Amino acid sequence: MIPLQPPRRLIDVEIDGEDVRVPEGSTILDACHAAGKDVPTLCYGDTLTPKNACRVCVVEVEGARTLAPSCSRKAEQGMKVGTDTERARQSRKVVLELLGSSVDLSTTPRAAEWAEEYGADPARFGDDAATVEQPAKVDNDLYVRDYNKCILCYKCVDACGDQWQNSFAIAVAGRGFDATISTEFDAPLTDSACVYCGNCVEVCPTGALSFKSEFDMRAEGTWDESRQTETTTICSYCGVGCNLTLHVQDNKIVKVTSPHDNPVTKGNLCVKGRFGYGYV
Amino acid sequence: MDIRFRGAEPSEEERAAVDALLGPPATAWDGGSRSEADLRAAARAESQRDLLLPALHAVNDRVGWISEGALDYICRRLTVPPAEAYGVATFYSLFSMKPRPKRVLHVCTDLACQAKGAQDVRRRVEERFGPAGTDWHESPCLGLCERAPAALALEAGQPHRAEVYAPATPDTITTVTEVAPSSNGHAPSVNVAGETPVKDAVPQAGNPDLVLLRRAGVVDPASLDDYRASGGYTALRRAFELGPAGVIREVLESGLVGRGGAAFPTGRKWDATARQPDHPHYLVCNADESEPGTFKDRVVMEGDPYALVEAMTIAAYATGCAKGYLYIRGEYPRATARLQHAIATARARGLLGDDILGKGLSFDIELRRGAGAYICGEETAIFNSIEGQRGEPRSKPPFPVEKGLFGKPTVVNNVETLVNVLPILERGAQAYAAAEPKLFCVSGAVERPGVYELPFGATLRELLELSGTTGTTRAVLLGGAAGAFVTDLDIPLTFEGTRNAGATLGSGVVLVIDDTVDMKRLLLRIAEFFRDESCGQCVPCRVGTVRQEEALHRLSRRVDPANSRRSDDDDLVLLREVGQTMRDASICGLGQTAWNAVESAIDRLGVFR
Repeated sequence: MIPLQPPRRLIDVEIDGEDVRVPEGSTILDACHAAGKDVPTLCYGDTLTPKNACRVCVVEVEGARTLAPSCSRKAEQGMKVGTDTERARQSRKVVLELLGSSVDLSTTPRAAEWAEEYGADPARFGDDAATVEQPAKVDNDLYVRDYNKCILCYKCVDACGDQWQNSFAIAVAGRGFDATISTEFDAPLTDSACVYCGNCVEVCPTGALSFKSEFDMRAEGTWDESRQTETTTICSYCGVGCNLTLHVQDNKIVKVTSPHDNPVTKGNLCVKGRFGYGYV
Repeated sequence: MDIRFRGAEPSEEERAAVDALLGPPATAWDGGSRSEADLRAAARAESQRDLLLPALHAVNDRVGWISEGALDYICRRLTVPPAEAYGVATFYSLFSMKPRPKRVLHVCTDLACQAKGAQDVRRRVEERFGPAGTDWHESPCLGLCERAPAALALEAGQPHRAEVYAPATPDTITTVTEVAPSSNGHAPSVNVAGETPVKDAVPQAGNPDLVLLRRAGVVDPASLDDYRASGGYTALRRAFELGPAGVIREVLESGLVGRGGAAFPTGRKWDATARQPDHPHYLVCNADESEPGTFKDRVVMEGDPYALVEAMTIAAYATGCAKGYLYIRGEYPRATARLQHAIATARARGLLGDDILGKGLSFDIELRRGAGAYICGEETAIFNSIEGQRGEPRSKPPFPVEKGLFGKPTVVNNVETLVNVLPILERGAQAYAAAEPKLFCVSGAVERPGVYELPFGATLRELLELSGTTGTTRAVLLGGAAGAFVTDLDIPLTFEGTRNAGATLGSGVVLVIDDTVDMKRLLLRIAEFFRDESCGQCVPCRVGTVRQEEALHRLSRRVDPANSRRSDDDDLVLLREVGQTMRDASICGLGQTAWNAVESAIDRLGVFR
């Protein structure tokens, strides 16, 4: 039996001059989606509380002094939102440039497409612009932390911490441009509280966290998503029945994800479901 | 929660420092040695995360740095995951996670000090002690601008000690890293003898027309009797006559707006909090005064600490708070000591605690020391800091009056704002509004630097006539690093007047720049300040402040534009675009204002023309 949810009123919001009705409590991003708008997002995660740190989803709300992060700002009755105004586009452009000049976005889905759409040119900050470049941390056989690609979206910290896994193996350490995702005293993952559920890998938007198999294949140049098939099945380890999506290339499983719309797991798995596919 | 420890053990000294704060551990479950009984019982872990910052201070104060063993022990005692505690400890610049000497010198290189020759002090210290990083650090503004250039020596031990060197001449600096012989007291020891009296920071001291500063430098700040003899606690008695709603009505009618920089109506904030059905309500006094060039709150706290205690009591009474946090910046040893003493004596005399003055009001103040992070003065970052989280600002809405400290309705007011409540109640809202006082921190090229009190509406020229200027005034930085340079001295010093002039009153900074100051270097220092103090949470500020500094470096280094691949114009366009994006898209005020002063220097002073 599905419990009856309390009734939700609908509110009217104007998105780029177009009226949409969304349930009370929706975010501006929900309203944008309802109006069929494509707003870029990076730190927004469909299974996590929005952190609104990346600021690529900013929109112009009439009457507001600053731009609003659409992923976390709640829509209000009568709100007039511009998703494609000059000011919002300019901010997105510069934010994409700031990111592109400091972080390796080569494995970030849609980054190149947005850079083109907004006319972002990260190279204009010069060759000596500071970056977060550092060697990838390969300290276990399951997944790799390549913080050269990290945009500090906090998603992995939230997934590891109180939002999903409750392991608290990683946190943001340091401050400002020197802030990084780190275990305590920057210890190797194998010494930390990590339980290798891989839920951080699942939510990482840039490929800073990736399966060791994917990392190695990319290094060899054999990673090719066009040759991969995805098959969603049920994990065979225990009785919970988590959904697994097996990514197969050349008849070999190369990584495992989990559908985010599964009402039980919401994309989360344990170490066995995520990494224990060697027997297949 | 899945907490795993790596097995690092604390030293006896580290353990003692933490136990002195928290008391000895009760069982093996919270860090004690394991007994037979512990093996047969499980204790529920109660997180005491809000004690994380005090616990880190305890170790850092006693030992000088925080080892992995000490952090581990703190985490066991407070039930905090070690990775998160590490993230918090590395956020604050006064904590060190690497071994370092017991005595460390912080040399201020910020705006007012730089205008007064901090470069020479810095060079001398570097010659004597080698590069910055271990024995000494370059420090953001120490809030000692009236005595610039300034330095602060912090010495770990029991008690930990603090010594102020201001003005610091290259000669006074030579002996300061010698560790003093240890004493065995328990309170933090402050070398008050070496500090100039508060009176010196208040050039108008003794003037009978003063309102907010009437006691500063005149009464003994350690004497509650002196405070009461000079009119102290009449405002609280008046508050009891008016009742909570009456107090809020007076504050609303007075038109008082916040003095921390944002100028939000205080009465509306109090009213909104008082009306919240959710309980408890909290009061937070923001004494994390870290804006470069600002030192008014320090002078008020050092010269008239009971006024703040009384004002907080009134605010708590009006808004229904049983607990108040006084969050003071870690670089203010004398103000901290004065307030600790004031809170303790007020409590002993029944002016804090249960049943204040027999009126059934229950209120107490907990003093929390910051640990070197400008951002913690932001009204929501302060909550995270008190709660034992990284001092990152929260996105608003929800606003603090609805969900603030510990997720509860919270009033957060700056020191100067709170102290204004006393004359409002003593004189009545009408009389107060007729001559509303404002504090200004005057420093730089002036004859008598210090905190000045003037009624709103006085012009910048009138203020500078009081302080006197030296040299040829080139510009005035109004509002600090987040403010703007102005050249028009006839600007009325009101919120509207400065706004019309494209500036801001901000935190009341009036830094006078004469023509001997290297403007390019000053702008670089401003950019460096924001780069250092950005919390790193949002992209426009985290990367934008770095790009701003890089562009300013290029612009000030460039000697031959023809030889450069980039032109000045490219960098100016880049600065403008990045600046506008920081202003539009940053989460909090730090990123939103990081471009203000640089922009005004480029546009109004033509620094790179």
